[in-house]
Amino acid sequence: MRSDRSASAPLGLKIAAAGGLVFLHVPILLIFLYAFTTEEKSYQFPPPGLTLQWFAVTWNRPDVWEALSLSVRVASIATAIALVLGTLCAAAVSQTRFFGRETISLLVILPIALPGIITGIALRSAFSMAEIPFSIWTIVLGHATFCVVVVYNNAIARFRRISGSLVEASMDLGANGFQTFRHVILPNIGTALLAGGMLAFALSFDEVIVTTFTGGQQSTLPIWMLQELIRPRQRPVTNVVAMVVVLVTFLPILAAYYLTRDGDQIAGSGK
Amino acid sequence: MNAAVLFEKVSRFFGAVRAVDSVDLAVEEGEFFAMLGPSGSGKTTCLRLMAGFEQPTGGHIEIFGETAEGIPPYRRNVNTVFQDYALFPHLTILDNVAYGLMVKGVAREERRKAAEDALAMVKLPGYGARRPGQLSGGQRQRVALARALVNKPKVLLLDEPLGALDLKLREQMQDELKSLQKSLGITFVFVTHDQGEALSMADRIAVFNEGKIQQLGTPEEVYKRPSTRFVADFVGSSNILEPEFVKKLGGKAGLASLRPEAIELNNKRAGQLSISGTVISRSFLGASNRIIVIVGDTKLHITSPATQPVPEEGSTVSLSFAPNDLHLMETTT
Repeated sequence: MRSDRSASAPLGLKIAAAGGLVFLHVPILLIFLYAFTTEEKSYQFPPPGLTLQWFAVTWNRPDVWEALSLSVRVASIATAIALVLGTLCAAAVSQTRFFGRETISLLVILPIALPGIITGIALRSAFSMAEIPFSIWTIVLGHATFCVVVVYNNAIARFRRISGSLVEASMDLGANGFQTFRHVILPNIGTALLAGGMLAFALSFDEVIVTTFTGGQQSTLPIWMLQELIRPRQRPVTNVVAMVVVLVTFLPILAAYYLTRDGDQIAGSGK
Repeated sequence: MNAAVLFEKVSRFFGAVRAVDSVDLAVEEGEFFAMLGPSGSGKTTCLRLMAGFEQPTGGHIEIFGETAEGIPPYRRNVNTVFQDYALFPHLTILDNVAYGLMVKGVAREERRKAAEDALAMVKLPGYGARRPGQLSGGQRQRVALARALVNKPKVLLLDEPLGALDLKLREQMQDELKSLQKSLGITFVFVTHDQGEALSMADRIAVFNEGKIQQLGTPEEVYKRPSTRFVADFVGSSNILEPEFVKKLGGKAGLASLRPEAIELNNKRAGQLSISGTVISRSFLGASNRIIVIVGDTKLHITSPATQPVPEEGSTVSLSFAPNDLHLMETTT
C-alpha cells in the first residue's frame, strides 16, 4: 500500500539500519582520522595529537609519485582500450545476428566472473611462456580483461534501446557509416560510454590481485599501499594517500551514477 | 522516358523464404504508387529494396535509369518515411529535419532556413525547438515527412505511413499526403495493408501476395476488375462466383467477381441479368444495409443503400445487375 510509505519505520529497524551504515562507513572515517595523527608507528585510539605534517611528507616522497603516475597511466590506457573494444563488441552483438553470437557474448563477460587470481595466474603463465618481460603493458593487458566487460555491459544495454531504424534513417538521409556513428550512435550511447569508462578507470585504479601477477617489480598505487603497511615508519603517509584516492575516485563514480540515470530518462522519453 | 523505379525479375530470399519472388514493376515519374498486401506479402521488402536497405538476391533494379544494385542507401536520391518515424531522440525537431542537409555539408543558416520551410509545409511552423518525445504521433509523422522531403528526393518511400494514427487523423493525413504529392510532383511509393487507403490515395496499385504481384492497375481496375480470387477478396470484399454458378446466370463458365454494391434488389430493368434467392440475414451499417441472400448453395453479399426498402429475412427477392458488373477473372482458381 502506498500510504505505508509515509508511516514511520519501527524503532528496531531504524537502529539496525543505522548500525549497518555505521559498520560500513566508520572504518573509512578512521582511515581519514589517522592521516592527521602525530603517532607514526602504530594506530592507537584516540590519536595522541593531530598534525598536518604528513601531507607535506607525502608530497615529498618520490615513491608515492611513481606509484600514482603508474596507476594513472595504466588505468587510462586500459580504459581507452576497453572503450574501443567494448563498444565495438557491444555494437556487433546487439545490432547483428551471426553464428556464435551468444557464445561471444558469454566469453566477453567471463573475465569479470572469474576470480582475479585465476586471471592473474593465467596471464602470468601466458606471459612467461611467450617470454614477454613485465612492463606497464602487461599490467594494462591484465586490467583490460575486466575493463572491457564493464564498458561492454554499459554499452550493450544502451545499444539495445536504440531502434534499428534510427541507423537506417540516418543512412537513408545520406549519412555514411562514419557520419551515422558520429551523429546518431555516439550521442545516444555517449553517457553509457562515459559511465562505463569511469567505472573501468576506478576498477583498474584500485586493482591488486591481477596486478601482483602481471606487474613484476613495478608498484601501482594499491600495491604500494600494501607494501607500506608492513613498514614501521611514516605510517600516516599511507592514510593520506588513501584519503586522496577515495576523494579522487569517489567523484567520477558519483558522476557516472548520475549520468546513466539521466540517460535512462532521455532514452525513455523517446519511446 | 525512364521509369522512376524499375524492377526486372527482382527477387529477395531470406534463406528458404521467398519474400519477393521475381517481381516486375515500373513506377512512373510523378505518380502516387501503392503497394498493397497482407503482412508477409513482400511489399515492405520491395520498399526496402528501393531504399537500399536490402539487396536483391536476383534481378535488376533501376532508379531513374540508374542501376541501383550495390548502391548503399546514402548514395540514392530516395528518402523514406519509416513506419515508426525513426526520429532522432537526441536532436531537436529542427535538427532532425535538417539532418540530411547537415551530413551533406550544407551551411548552417541555409539548412535552418530549409528545415523551417519544410516544417511550415507540413503545418508545424515554430515546432523546431521541441524534441520528438514532446510531439504527438500525428505531429511526429509530419516531422518524418518534412525530414525526408527537405532533401528533395526523386522518389519518396512511405512505409505504412498512417498505420499508427487513429481513424480521423488518418483520413485527414490521406488528403494532405495526396495534395502534397500533387503540389510537389515527386514520385511517392507507399506501402499499406489498408485497401481503403490504397484505393483513395493511389494513382496505381500493385496488389502483393506471397512475394508476387497479383495485379497492377488503377484503383478502379483493381477494384472492379480483379484478376485473381485473392485480389477480389482482399480489395473490397467481392462475391466470388464459381464457374458453374456463373454459367447458370447466363455468362461464360469461369471464375467471376461481383461487387456487393452492384447488385440491386427487386428492381430488374431491361438488359440486366437476374436471379432469385432467399434473404438469410440483414444488418444496418448506417449509410447502407448489408444483406446476405442465398441462391442454391451460394451466399451473395449485397450492399444496399439505406434509402432502399429492406426485405424481410426469409423472403424471396430477385437480384439484378448489369452484365458488365459480372467480371470474369483470368484465372480459374
